[in-house]
Amino acid sequence: MINFEIPKKIQAEAQMADMVAKQIMRPISRKYDEGEHERPVEFTNAMWPFLKQQEKARWAKIESGEVKPERDGPNWTILRLILMIEILSWGDAGIYLCTPNAGLGGAAVEAVGTPEQKERYMKRFSTGEPKWGAMAITEPNAGSDNSSMRTTAVLDEETNEWVINGEKVFITNGKLSLEESDGFCVVWATIDPDAGRAGIKSFVVEGGTPGVSIAKQEHKLGIRASDTVALHFKDVRVPFDSVLGSPDVQKTSKGFKGAMKTFDASRPAVAASAVGIARAALEFTQETLAEEGIVIDYTKPKHQLTAVERDLMEMEARYRGSWLLTLRATSQLAFGESNRLEASMCKARAGEAVTWITQKSVELLGPLGYSRETLAEKWMRDAKINDIYEGTKQINLLIVARSILGYSRRELK
Amino acid sequence: MLDFRLDEEQQMLADTVHRFAEEKMRKEFREAEELGKIPDDVVKAGWEIGLLPTGLPEEYGGFGEYSAVTNAIAMEEFSWGDFATTLRILGPNLVAMPVYLSGTDEQKAHYLPMFCDEAMPKVTAALTEKAIQFDPRNLKSTAVLDGDSYLLNGAKTLVPLAKDAELILVYANENGETQAFLVPAGSEGLEIGAKGKWMGINALPTYEVKLNDVRVSAANKLGGDAGIDFTQILNHSRIALGAAAVGLMRAGFEYARDYAKQRVQFGQPVAQYQSIAFMLAEMAIDVDEARLLVWEAAWMMDQGQDATAETTRMKFYLDDISVKVADQALQTLGGYGYIREYPVELWLRNARGLTHFDGIAMI
Repeated sequence: MINFEIPKKIQAEAQMADMVAKQIMRPISRKYDEGEHERPVEFTNAMWPFLKQQEKARWAKIESGEVKPERDGPNWTILRLILMIEILSWGDAGIYLCTPNAGLGGAAVEAVGTPEQKERYMKRFSTGEPKWGAMAITEPNAGSDNSSMRTTAVLDEETNEWVINGEKVFITNGKLSLEESDGFCVVWATIDPDAGRAGIKSFVVEGGTPGVSIAKQEHKLGIRASDTVALHFKDVRVPFDSVLGSPDVQKTSKGFKGAMKTFDASRPAVAASAVGIARAALEFTQETLAEEGIVIDYTKPKHQLTAVERDLMEMEARYRGSWLLTLRATSQLAFGESNRLEASMCKARAGEAVTWITQKSVELLGPLGYSRETLAEKWMRDAKINDIYEGTKQINLLIVARSILGYSRRELK
Repeated sequence: MLDFRLDEEQQMLADTVHRFAEEKMRKEFREAEELGKIPDDVVKAGWEIGLLPTGLPEEYGGFGEYSAVTNAIAMEEFSWGDFATTLRILGPNLVAMPVYLSGTDEQKAHYLPMFCDEAMPKVTAALTEKAIQFDPRNLKSTAVLDGDSYLLNGAKTLVPLAKDAELILVYANENGETQAFLVPAGSEGLEIGAKGKWMGINALPTYEVKLNDVRVSAANKLGGDAGIDFTQILNHSRIALGAAAVGLMRAGFEYARDYAKQRVQFGQPVAQYQSIAFMLAEMAIDVDEARLLVWEAAWMMDQGQDATAETTRMKFYLDDISVKVADQALQTLGGYGYIREYPVELWLRNARGLTHFDGIAMI
């Protein structure tokens, strides 16, 4: 039954995120944009006790043997997360990425890890000091085509350890997870370079492991508060059981596909972040224009609207359209349905929309939009990453195209 | 609670209308456009699906409750079949829905039962005026109270089926507000003019209508003294038109998709070239995004919320992207897209026409 209402309970829970976004993130937004690579402690310190408590409660449930009963209804955990991302990104998309949690690395552990691995790697997020998890897939020469990665993991049968060598780039929270906390990074590497996708496995590398070094911290167009590093792996030894999933090279690329499944949730998550930035830019533009007496009269016919009013209305429509596409992909996950196509649809559209909306905002606001005294120009810079990471718009369009045409990777390259 | 899935009844309705659209509308629409006439049996079969009665309460002979969402779902399927035929079949809604939404109890009791009859009532509505700066909230046609009746004056265009209509709902400006008046055919001073010649939607005959001191009883003013809630009527209309735009976009997208898979150039289907594949992917996203914007506005209306902002921005946005998608569909077919043997050029013409309908198609 078609319904656009977000459950009341989840709306109420979102109020906390709203408070953090307004009262903690916005006041420090410019500071950490200018102070690139500094940890936004006001935010991380505020979030950690809350997230730690949540994790603690989750582990208490697991350990008391309280198995989750089979649910009849939808599982709204994912919606809660998507809503939080939208709101925190409205606050500041770069700072949001510094949320002290297991992140994408945690998602990989949860998706394919054994119970023992989950306990070993995930339980730390319920105790002590703030921690981060990261995921390292991309390499200098393997971006969207990540199956061509060259980082290797070789089993040393004498010590029963994997030896990892290679280079990884664009690792979000790489420094926070490996150097600044007792976190971990999930590293993708091939155990059989001739096996293609089937040879690619993921390994958990603990912070402080010898041989791991940060090659550089990237200087970026936007989301400057977010820690993005290049990692160098030189004879990095990790225990045999740090491999996630089966260590066998199977004939099929099932393992690879399993890992790709995390995109079903992470693409709506990126879309939600894009929508959050879009809403920030839209609201600021509306408020500023309203001070100049420019308010859309929705009872006017289109031809009586000014060019500015038309632009503003299109910004509203495209913001809303992206959010609805995101909510649709999210609700499919909540209902346990496949959302591969819809996840890519919302990601491609939201990344494009936020790029356009934030650029329009800078344009409509004139010198005020271009000035670093307001946040409009920052949002325009922050926005663009959503058109790139978790699959560029082009990669997502390719996935959409294959899906609607019923084509394989081979048929549509 | 957030859900984007049709319920069982909506799915059944969508399937029924889709079957009709595929088996009947798609078979006749090209000839209907060229001849300017839709076969009677198609109109009859379409009417017999009974979309209108499902939205009217039992006391008037219907069997349901109006839902803008359900209506939008059906509208998309009809329009996927053919836009002109859709307007022909759902023409009675032009009167039924304003009466249902804004009529007095007497007016509802008097007019609504005929919409639940087996035979399609011959009624229409006149809103649009021949003005470049047409504004449905500031009409040039006037209504002036004179004793216990109204005098209507003005000129209307794009009035569907006016020639055969027995009753016309005329929108006119009364002291700066848009009001509606039920005008019987044959009223003195009511003049049905020339049949309109348009770029598209020619299967649906439309006419100019002139009002020269047409006198109607004050009892024929829709909503009585209080008048109508024109914004609500317009919002519902825009949702219906938005859903029609989605149907048109989807028709174009699906046709282009299927064509691109079988059209071979340079040794492979053109759909295997990224320039075509990406365009199709964008079109698919446009269709889904448009539908969600329509549904959200419709859902808000069903909840009794004011959705004026949502419906307005949705309609204006869809005006742009529906023409864009229709154009991309045509482009996908290359030269064949331009040939009238193929349906796509007509969908572009219809999409363009749809942007000029605002408020008239209270479906």
